Amino acid sequence: MTPSAMPEVARKSAAGFDLKLYGPFLALAALIVLGTIVNPVFLSPANIGNVLTRTAFIGIIAVGATFVITAGGIDLSVGSLAAFASGVMIVVMNALVGSMGAGVPVILVGVLVALGLGLAAGLVNGLLVTKGRMEAFIVTLGTMGIFRSLVTYMADGGTLSLNSGIRTVYRPVYYGGIFGVSYPILMFAAVALIGAVILYRTRFGRYCAAIGSSEDVARYSAINVDRVKLMAFVLQGICVALAVVIYVPRLGSASATTGLLWELEAIAAVIIGGTMLKGGYGRIWGTVVGAVMLTLIDNILNLTGAISVYLNGTIQGVIIIVAVLLQRGAAARR
Amino acid sequence: MAEPILSASGVTKCFGPVEVLHGVDFAVLRGEVHALVGENGAGKSTLMKILSGFHPPTSGTVRVDGRPVAFAGIGPAEALGIVLIHQEFNLAEHLTVEENIFLGRELRRGPFLDKRAMRERSRAVLAELECPVDPDRRVRDLAVSERQMVEIAKAVSRDVRVLIMDEPTAVLTGAETAVLFRLIRRLQGQGVAVVYISHKLDEVTAISDRVTVLRDGHHVATQPTAALTQDAIAQLMVGRAISDMFPPKEPPPADAPVVLEAQGIAVPGWVRDAGFDLRRGEILGFAGLVGAGRTELMEGLLGLRRASGTLRRDGRPLRVRSLDDAVEAGIAYLTEDRKGKGLLVAKRLQPNLTLLALERYGRVFVDEKREAEALEHAVGEFDIRVRSLDALVGSLSGGNQQKLLLAKTMQVEPTILIVDEPTRGIDIGTKSQIYHFLHDFARRGGSVILISSEMPEIIGLSHRVVVMRSGVVTGILEGDSVQEGEIVRYATGLKGRATQGEAA
Repeated sequence: MTPSAMPEVARKSAAGFDLKLYGPFLALAALIVLGTIVNPVFLSPANIGNVLTRTAFIGIIAVGATFVITAGGIDLSVGSLAAFASGVMIVVMNALVGSMGAGVPVILVGVLVALGLGLAAGLVNGLLVTKGRMEAFIVTLGTMGIFRSLVTYMADGGTLSLNSGIRTVYRPVYYGGIFGVSYPILMFAAVALIGAVILYRTRFGRYCAAIGSSEDVARYSAINVDRVKLMAFVLQGICVALAVVIYVPRLGSASATTGLLWELEAIAAVIIGGTMLKGGYGRIWGTVVGAVMLTLIDNILNLTGAISVYLNGTIQGVIIIVAVLLQRGAAARR
Repeated sequence: MAEPILSASGVTKCFGPVEVLHGVDFAVLRGEVHALVGENGAGKSTLMKILSGFHPPTSGTVRVDGRPVAFAGIGPAEALGIVLIHQEFNLAEHLTVEENIFLGRELRRGPFLDKRAMRERSRAVLAELECPVDPDRRVRDLAVSERQMVEIAKAVSRDVRVLIMDEPTAVLTGAETAVLFRLIRRLQGQGVAVVYISHKLDEVTAISDRVTVLRDGHHVATQPTAALTQDAIAQLMVGRAISDMFPPKEPPPADAPVVLEAQGIAVPGWVRDAGFDLRRGEILGFAGLVGAGRTELMEGLLGLRRASGTLRRDGRPLRVRSLDDAVEAGIAYLTEDRKGKGLLVAKRLQPNLTLLALERYGRVFVDEKREAEALEHAVGEFDIRVRSLDALVGSLSGGNQQKLLLAKTMQVEPTILIVDEPTRGIDIGTKSQIYHFLHDFARRGGSVILISSEMPEIIGLSHRVVVMRSGVVTGILEGDSVQEGEIVRYATGLKGRATQGEAA
């Protein structure tokens, strides 16, 4: 093609302030300021560490959810899967104590079992969505019920408790840390970092966003849509397993109410972070911020006493709605 | 002169800091067919959206029956009888034809919907359009041309005084276009004003009384159609004389090797026993009516649809299970559905450009620096005009989107390029650029398969032409027989191989 008088092309001409990109970070900053005003204890390293440690489960799961949602899917089964994987992990470790003794090897086997289960669950969800040509919402609504009922059945309606010998050995994985930073925080940071690299820097990440934007365009761009979607669900399953690995040493038990509503908290974190629920656009660091914000609200309410802690859900709900409203506004102006 | 029903005076429109209409005057008279032409990005659609209440003007006045109006949306405009039929369909896919036609003004008997009355009226309107679609069918099950007819039925079933049609025949066959023209004449007889936006100048001269030409957001001319030739209109649109729309043909030498050979290709429901061969340096046209199965045949070859048959690439058997296999074999495909299958309109240029060829930018990690360089290169090579390289693809004009799509397709450096309606809905200047590109590509040793419903394109570019009808290859024309009459004879079944049901 003959280039006829190339017009001047500018690379980024002060496109204005990108609310979608920085909104979640601003909101987090506002919450921190608010927390500090409410109670000076808020900024103490102990409190911050506590908040981040408690964020880790939802945060790690939400990083996985960012991929699924960016690729245009949704996974409602993560909370139930967390409970189920915790239950199986506990049962397996308890069973092995007799033969292997209450030591690190048993825990390693337990961790492998959890990871294997997460991977398998991701495969099942992903294959049903891709090869079964079903809506992700329906598939994972189904598996959500299945996993939840399986853990209830395993616990016979009660609680599965970890052998106290192993619990002593395993406990530091949640409560311990290096240089004052707890292991859950470290794992959360590592998962987020790896997630960000995958989503922003790799072909797989690019393909997730392309598929979420338009499956047809992706297909006509020679992308193996089914494989990418399957991988996203598998990634989600592995993230849930990693969350389980740090959750089990916390309470040392699993029951029918373990991980209840985690799927919604994870989705909320993803959406607050700026990822679009309909897919095509994902933000890992936004998700991290979203997850931290959800815990912070709870923390600030605990520290004030001015507002009942029971109103936590109300405030979280308002924040989710406001976050999406702001994104809409930002999108409309583009 | 009669009082205009609808007029715009000094209308400007800005999107953000960019002014796309610069003080445009436009008036529609009762009972006239007024064609509006201009290249892509000239501002035709924007002007019509302002006149029909989709957008408010930034400045200037819109008048209805001489009284200034400020529409607060399409509702008030429709209440005054001004209806716009969109380029992109505005139908609810999951609702039935009847529900769509009466959407927003359902007939009622007491508190309940009067389904029977609505169904009967729908049937009557569709019959007028000679489009016997059952009102109970769901829109998603309709063919594209039927959807267009439903869209028109929806518009004319209202008390319409000004009917604005944006490229209504883009998806219609010749016969359907004739029906539409009869309807336009009938509406005209009833005093309805019709604004007709089209790139097809033969249609413009056939149907319109007056022509208004826009260029780069400026009003260039409004003249009686009878006073203008198609050439004159085209010159007004482009602002310069158009010569060498098509480069002179350079057919490959007779002994050029066959690079692709297809035999006995079948695509269930669409194509039966199709075969052809493509030579090095050749532009092979695929002509036929809409629905003849040309796109489906190519999608079958490329692994985008289930298909059977044999393919040979440079004489060796080639198995294509997915588009990826085809790309590996040096075959690339430019889809006819630019926005639905070609480009991610909500994303920037860069990820769009490299999406097909992303593997070339790193096996695992994407090298964004090389991507950015590739974009700058492509913008220059394909003359893609953008205000910023960070613009969203959806903000580009159709012609520039098409050039980006072509650049994206060329990223995999194919030696066989299959282009499907490569100039649909784009302006003459860009069309010519694309023709020259395809010509040069073939001259440098590439091979092109050109599917097109635009006869001048097929005739002006193709070295040979494969004609299809109802899923069957009815003839392959070359040399002097590549001419309109001959193609039409094969495409309509007057000549050539019989299709199923007609066989003796």
